[in-house]
Amino acid sequence: MQHHQANKRNIPGFGLSLGLTLSYVSLVVLIPMVSIVIQSANLGWLGFWKTVIDPRVMASYRVSFLCSLAAAAINCFFGVMLAWVLVRYRFPGRRIMDGLIELPFALPTAVTGIALTALYSDKGWLGGPLAQWGLKVAYTPAGIVMALTFITLPFIVRTVQPVLEQLDPVYEDAGRLLGASGGRIFRSIILPEITPALLTGFGLAFARGLGEYGSVVFIAGNMPYKTEIAPLMIFSKLQQFNYGEATAVALVMLGASFLIMLAINTIQARAAGYVKE
Amino acid sequence: MSTGNDRPLRLLLIIISVLFILLMLVTPLVVILVEAFRSGLEAYTKAVTDPYALKALKLTGLATVAAVVLNTAFGLAAAWAITRFSFRGKGLLTTFIDIPFAVSPIIAGLVFILTFGRLSYLHPFLAAHELKVVFATPGIILATVFVTLPFVAREIIPVLEARGTDEEQAAALMGAGFLTIFRRITFPHIRWALLYSVILCAARAMGEFGAVSVVSGHLRGKTNTLPLHVEILYNEYQFTAAFAVSSVLVAAAIFILVARNIVEFTARKESDYVR
Amino acid sequence: MYVELKDINKHFGDFQAAKNVGFSIEQGALAALLGPSGSGKTTILRMIAGLEHPDSGDIFIDGVRVNNVEPSRRFIGFVFQNYALFRYMTVFDNIAFGLSVKKERPEAIKERVRSLISLIGMEGLDNRYPAQLSGGQRQRVAFARALAPNPRLLLLDEPFAAIDAKVRRELRAWLRDMITKLGLTSIFVTHDQDEAIEVADQIIVTNQGRVEQMGSPMALYKEPASPFVAQFIGNSTIIKNFGRLKGFEGAPPEAEGAIRPEFLRIYTQNDTIQYQTSTEEAVVERLAFRGDSLEVGLRLKDLSLSASYSLEKKPISVGETVRVLIYRLYAFDGDQASLLHNHHLGAHPQGYSYII
Repeated sequence: MQHHQANKRNIPGFGLSLGLTLSYVSLVVLIPMVSIVIQSANLGWLGFWKTVIDPRVMASYRVSFLCSLAAAAINCFFGVMLAWVLVRYRFPGRRIMDGLIELPFALPTAVTGIALTALYSDKGWLGGPLAQWGLKVAYTPAGIVMALTFITLPFIVRTVQPVLEQLDPVYEDAGRLLGASGGRIFRSIILPEITPALLTGFGLAFARGLGEYGSVVFIAGNMPYKTEIAPLMIFSKLQQFNYGEATAVALVMLGASFLIMLAINTIQARAAGYVKE
Repeated sequence: MSTGNDRPLRLLLIIISVLFILLMLVTPLVVILVEAFRSGLEAYTKAVTDPYALKALKLTGLATVAAVVLNTAFGLAAAWAITRFSFRGKGLLTTFIDIPFAVSPIIAGLVFILTFGRLSYLHPFLAAHELKVVFATPGIILATVFVTLPFVAREIIPVLEARGTDEEQAAALMGAGFLTIFRRITFPHIRWALLYSVILCAARAMGEFGAVSVVSGHLRGKTNTLPLHVEILYNEYQFTAAFAVSSVLVAAAIFILVARNIVEFTARKESDYVR
Repeated sequence: MYVELKDINKHFGDFQAAKNVGFSIEQGALAALLGPSGSGKTTILRMIAGLEHPDSGDIFIDGVRVNNVEPSRRFIGFVFQNYALFRYMTVFDNIAFGLSVKKERPEAIKERVRSLISLIGMEGLDNRYPAQLSGGQRQRVAFARALAPNPRLLLLDEPFAAIDAKVRRELRAWLRDMITKLGLTSIFVTHDQDEAIEVADQIIVTNQGRVEQMGSPMALYKEPASPFVAQFIGNSTIIKNFGRLKGFEGAPPEAEGAIRPEFLRIYTQNDTIQYQTSTEEAVVERLAFRGDSLEVGLRLKDLSLSASYSLEKKPISVGETVRVLIYRLYAFDGDQASLLHNHHLGAHPQGYSYII
């Protein structure tokens, strides 16, 4: 019966609210974003290409890509486990633990950065023992992964958690009564239910990881070709007032974020369609 | 849930989870506090009450308030337009609103440099009127507003979407005007979501680093926010001072987390009651 | 005529929700817009209220064309399908809302709301929130809220859809009595034929955006103008080429007919039958106990028919071959509809009372 769209004339405030929204989005988002396009047009194809295939830039893309991927993957594992424990089990301190999940969102990224660096440096509480085992974390790609894992943890937990909350335990009981093992129940019953949410969370975490700057620059050490991330490339080109090259590096990153957002939207649209049937 | 034979597994999962949270999330907080007080209370007080620190605090406060006020007004208008009416290009508008979440903070800073900086078409005009945006307070505020733009809209839109427009239509049919409808019918529904999103928006505005770092030019005492001040202290090897200032931000973060949880708890209780 | 629609057309994209819709309703009448979902009935109601706007055509209320009149200036009370009660307001505030936006004096509002609360029999519940009310109570509040500003026309969109079957019957009677008592012109939308027949004194049957037929419940039942109406009101089976049935020979092969259960009479093989030669053989496929009678599913040639069978008669069982007399049927030929009698019965068509 929902043919009728909300009719413009029924509820007041259309012109006012849309007018405000459009002007604000144009001023704060669209006009600034357009300047990137203008700037890259000034740069030209050749300049763009030369900047982007520069080995140091390429290396920074690789570092950002691989570290974000690793962090998102680690959080897929721990994120699902945390969501499961928080939804299904009752134990003392659960509420506090639940409340702490958002800490990475609430803590300024620079603070995260210096805290993790202090913690994982060779003299740090955790870095010290690890160094004795021959594992260096701070100033290596492992440090970048560590920072990104910290930053992107809430994305996975908070996308999977509501799905698990709505999943009736009756399905698991049914599986158990049919003789399925715990592992089998997880694989065949729970995992398919949470997969769309997990993929969405993975995409969000990955995208955030690619763009993250504050928490990473302190722990990364920023060695060219090794631990230099793409946002830092943009930053240092800007420091040298090399706006054209900064824009070129940024354009590639924008393309990557766009592809990730597209993938997330496709996953969500598919999942919605699947449930409706 | 009470089959009993999964007890060992349950215990194992809880222990791993608790350890993970302690190791990943709690130890960094403890490190900050320990490092902040390493050189004693006096050094701590000195670092926190340093004039540059206080100036940075002021600028952070200003940027946060600006971001919250502007983005709340915008978020309400956008949510009203998007959920109460149908119009062409709605999907596109929603995508535009999401842009700040999708781009790196560094890119957010970059676009403002390009728009208002030396190379911009606006630059001659700005220079003629002695208006400084980049490397000045307006730039800091703009960058903060940009990165926190979607928070309120993104939180309110699903709430209004899920509820439909029946109540507003009924009220409009009885002759109620915009303000009456908003104040008496829509607002009570969204107040908790609104408060929640304001808290998140404030948290992000207060802690924003990348975008602000790009547009600030690191002018101490002029364009430094608290997170930038922390960076400068850290890079000058004044570790104790850096952690001391950080501890102030940690306190703010914890305050925000507690407030967020209280709001969520209250909203849940109320939703049981009015549904 | 108090409410009049002329040649209304309305599209939603490719979907045509109203095609040349026209009808009129007298002052004080209680009319039902009846049709299956997607037939356009809700859209028609919303256009009368001004919540949708027709692409073409005119809407008159009390002799005035209201197409360009704001919804809030049409002086209409509207009861929404899910009532759209304001969840964050009490019963009292919900009912008072329409008066308070008109800036009436607080004492006057209080008095009016009190009298409406007592009218709907909900004294003492003024401070409840909608979530604390039962479905039936919510409907009453929605009704009182719509009545509060003294509308000249009341529109109700599926007013009983959200209520349990048991309470629904009571509420139908309640609403009918209430509206009759107030003498308020009212139109309600429903997809339930029983509801329309029981509550309305005038029914407008809609199908695929068109008005199929309009009239009193009895007129629609006795003289359906189309196969759709025959099938939708009462429980008819539509058959093609009814000329092959005994007693209806000679009908053109393309003619469509409709048979109601009460048009059939079932005899067991041992019964003595007055019109032996005009009966058809049929097999009992299904029996369902309907309280006071049996509903019998019959296979007659390639037709599936439904008939009722008195419990007082000889018992029949599934699989049994019986004889069936078709007394009459509705014949449709294009827009023409007529009641045809079995010609073997001669010049003595049996009345409804006899058959049932």
